[in-house]
Amino acid sequence: MASTTTSPEAFGSATPSTSESYLTNERGFLSWLLTLDHKRIGVMYLMGVLFSFALGGFFALAVRTELLTPGHTVMEADTYNQMFTLHGAVMVFLVIIPGIPAALGNFVLPIQLGAKDVAFPRLNLFSFHLWLIGALFLVLSMYLSAADTGWTFYTPYSTTTTTAVIPATFGAFILGFSSIFTGVNMIVTIHKLRPPGMHWFRMPLFCWAIYATAIMQVLATPVLGITLLMLIVERALHVGIFDPALGGDPVLYQHFFWFYSHPAVYIMIVPAFGVISEVIAAFSRKRIFGYKFIALSSVAIAILGFLVWGHHMFTSGQSVLAGTIFSAISFMIAIPTAIKIFNWLGTMYQGRIFLDTPMLYALAFLWVFTIGGVTGMYLAVMSTDVHLHDTYFVVAHFHYVMMGGAITAFFAGLHYWWPKITGRMYDEKPGRIGAIIVFLGLNLTFFPQFIMGSQGMPRRYYNYLEEFTIYHQLSTVGAYLMGVGFLLAGINFYRSLRKKPDAPKNPWGARSLEWLTTSPPPYYNFHKPPVVDFGPYDYEDLVFDKKLGGYVHKSEAKS
Amino acid sequence: MTYLSSALLALMQQDTPKPKVPESPHFWMPTSSSTFAEATDWAFDFVTWVSAVVTIGVVIAMTLFCVKYRATDRSKNEQPTGNVDHSNVLEIAWSVIPLPFVIAFFVVGLQGFINMRTPPKEAYEIHATAAKWSWMFQYPSGYTTNELHVPKDRPVKVIIEAQDVIHAFYVPAFRQKIDAVPGRYTHAWFEAIETGEFPLFCAEYCGTNHSDMITKVVVHEKDAFEEWLEEAERKEEEEGLKNPVAYGETVYKQAGCATCHSLDGSPKIGPTFKGLFGKTERFTDGTTAVVDENYLRESIEDPQAKIVDGFPASMPTYKGKLSNNRLRALVEFIKSQK
Repeated sequence: MASTTTSPEAFGSATPSTSESYLTNERGFLSWLLTLDHKRIGVMYLMGVLFSFALGGFFALAVRTELLTPGHTVMEADTYNQMFTLHGAVMVFLVIIPGIPAALGNFVLPIQLGAKDVAFPRLNLFSFHLWLIGALFLVLSMYLSAADTGWTFYTPYSTTTTTAVIPATFGAFILGFSSIFTGVNMIVTIHKLRPPGMHWFRMPLFCWAIYATAIMQVLATPVLGITLLMLIVERALHVGIFDPALGGDPVLYQHFFWFYSHPAVYIMIVPAFGVISEVIAAFSRKRIFGYKFIALSSVAIAILGFLVWGHHMFTSGQSVLAGTIFSAISFMIAIPTAIKIFNWLGTMYQGRIFLDTPMLYALAFLWVFTIGGVTGMYLAVMSTDVHLHDTYFVVAHFHYVMMGGAITAFFAGLHYWWPKITGRMYDEKPGRIGAIIVFLGLNLTFFPQFIMGSQGMPRRYYNYLEEFTIYHQLSTVGAYLMGVGFLLAGINFYRSLRKKPDAPKNPWGARSLEWLTTSPPPYYNFHKPPVVDFGPYDYEDLVFDKKLGGYVHKSEAKS
Repeated sequence: MTYLSSALLALMQQDTPKPKVPESPHFWMPTSSSTFAEATDWAFDFVTWVSAVVTIGVVIAMTLFCVKYRATDRSKNEQPTGNVDHSNVLEIAWSVIPLPFVIAFFVVGLQGFINMRTPPKEAYEIHATAAKWSWMFQYPSGYTTNELHVPKDRPVKVIIEAQDVIHAFYVPAFRQKIDAVPGRYTHAWFEAIETGEFPLFCAEYCGTNHSDMITKVVVHEKDAFEEWLEEAERKEEEEGLKNPVAYGETVYKQAGCATCHSLDGSPKIGPTFKGLFGKTERFTDGTTAVVDENYLRESIEDPQAKIVDGFPASMPTYKGKLSNNRLRALVEFIKSQK
């Protein structure tokens, strides 16, 4: 089908020359720090995100180690409170929110659109610089006296504690702007830079997911910015906004905070849906099932996501009527989410399924995210939420979604695009073992938390009643296991950079445009935008070339 | 200093033994010890069964497909056995079939929630104050405890406030939870259906000793509760009468006198207690009297009998609310305010 119109560079040499590869065409530290190339910015984001992930993981292990026994194990209560706050703040603001949209999205999305760059390259660089500054503020707060408020910064605790809340919230404030600028860039890029022939429903689903995410980033994040600014003003100038001692209202803060932070949950998970759609289709060798439903359900989730913030506040004393409305809308969101899962299964049905590392992460995602999704229903049912709110059940639920969902999908995407980003293939075997260990570890970590949570164990507890010990210990063992899995993945990536073979253009046989260019791509991506007269999942036109270790177009194979 | 005091506090709190979690017959839930535990558990089980079916279904389908359609050799270039990429019937089916279930979840949850948030009018009222990092419960007589004592088979409404930051009142065995918010009242009600001791947690993070802000609910038989309360008050009085002025101060705070009567000479709703004893008061009817024990007693038990000039006649009677001993101690306390 339509082989004549693919661009000339489509089936040339797999490896770009040194002067062409985006990795080597310019040298020196500043050529990276001041680059306008979306790929380099994406790689810098990626390094930042991976470093933050290691840091956040360290805090998580510190928390889990402390919880091995009731009472004092290795640290004091105040240190513990700082550790879980840092874990949450780093993982949310520095890892998951930028993870897929800013790191992978920056690299992949413009190439998927056949573009030379994002719409506003300078804004893109500025957004990364803001990310760096925001991250530095968070680190600065750790150095001064890390906040002990939880990542939610609830007032009036956050306005009265003696720890360095202002640098931490100011860091989050700056990171918010970074996120907004990335969102603006993605929206404009998708609207304006699509190549000839790529209408909206010919975009890869990853682009749809990033688009839905970008809308939420642009609309919701300013509210977080304003809220954190008000918190800083109250703390520094004693203007009564949230603290009742100054005439403010602490519940108002919760409304503001969740008005951002619930959409933020979807900012974190919707890009993951995009990655999973790409991976499951490519590794099932079959066109994605229900393309339009997956694409539009992301948009539906983005819209409904703005109307459910009050389900975090069923026990805050808000009225029964408010609770009723928020509960009802929360259930509505379950439907588009379920649609996606069923469509992914539909894609696998009758496919030819290759269980390579990205697919293993995607399968782990399907399993774990389903559990994360259904356990969300317990929290939307108001009567059971009253019992489960602020217990380990909630902790388990959102880790199944955020860790089992967003992070697993991030690793699926990282393994999927690694050959494209670095030009190197990683070793499959340790990759797969890593994926399996991560899957086992995360279930061992978080499943016991469901049980202790519904048994009544409150969250954010340094000390706990002896009856809960066994669950905590299982959970801690699971956390270490997960650490081993991620370490293995990290070592595998590192080794691939040193000695693994060069990657072919299209190792997985995917059809979106990034697989038409070399691995790694040249700094200009494409000489001219490819004309797109095929769908993003039309795999039947590709054949595997054993010599190249990758896929080529049918016409190319014959010649 | 703050570290020292919080360390001391932690030490003190470690001395009081932690409550035991009663052995639960359920895998997921703690003991069902209040009237609405059963409904909540039913909702929980309902969601669990549906969730289990969905999750197991997804996992089985996934595993089955991986086994059945597994491909290992890319150079074979096998094509999918079918290439159907959409089906409106299926899309509608899996959008519509979940609907009745989520609607049912919503309705069940709403019913339970309304019940939990609507205390019966005749409920026995207890005031709770949450502060870093302890609970204080005040019974209608003004008697206070750090553990919550309640009668079995009688609705209890706990009216909750917080002194400093947000806390949350959480009794897993009763399936009841509500935030304690500074600057406003919230309430939680329940009716215990078995006697015994149950942990009561602070569920909203509140700082250093958040995880030690645990106490217990003690459920007494209905009659035994009244006896316990009387006995506890009698004991407190007995102890108190050894030092009536100090005990009187406790009564002054517990019974709410402090709201209207200052100790520093400033007039509030009522006259200050400073220098009150022995003073000559002028009343609204033009008469005067010297403040002595009998005048104080009369003013507490029948406040409308003599209204001091310049003050509103707004004080409620305390007749029957204060035992003789408490009344005596209060009078002694007022006498001591020179």
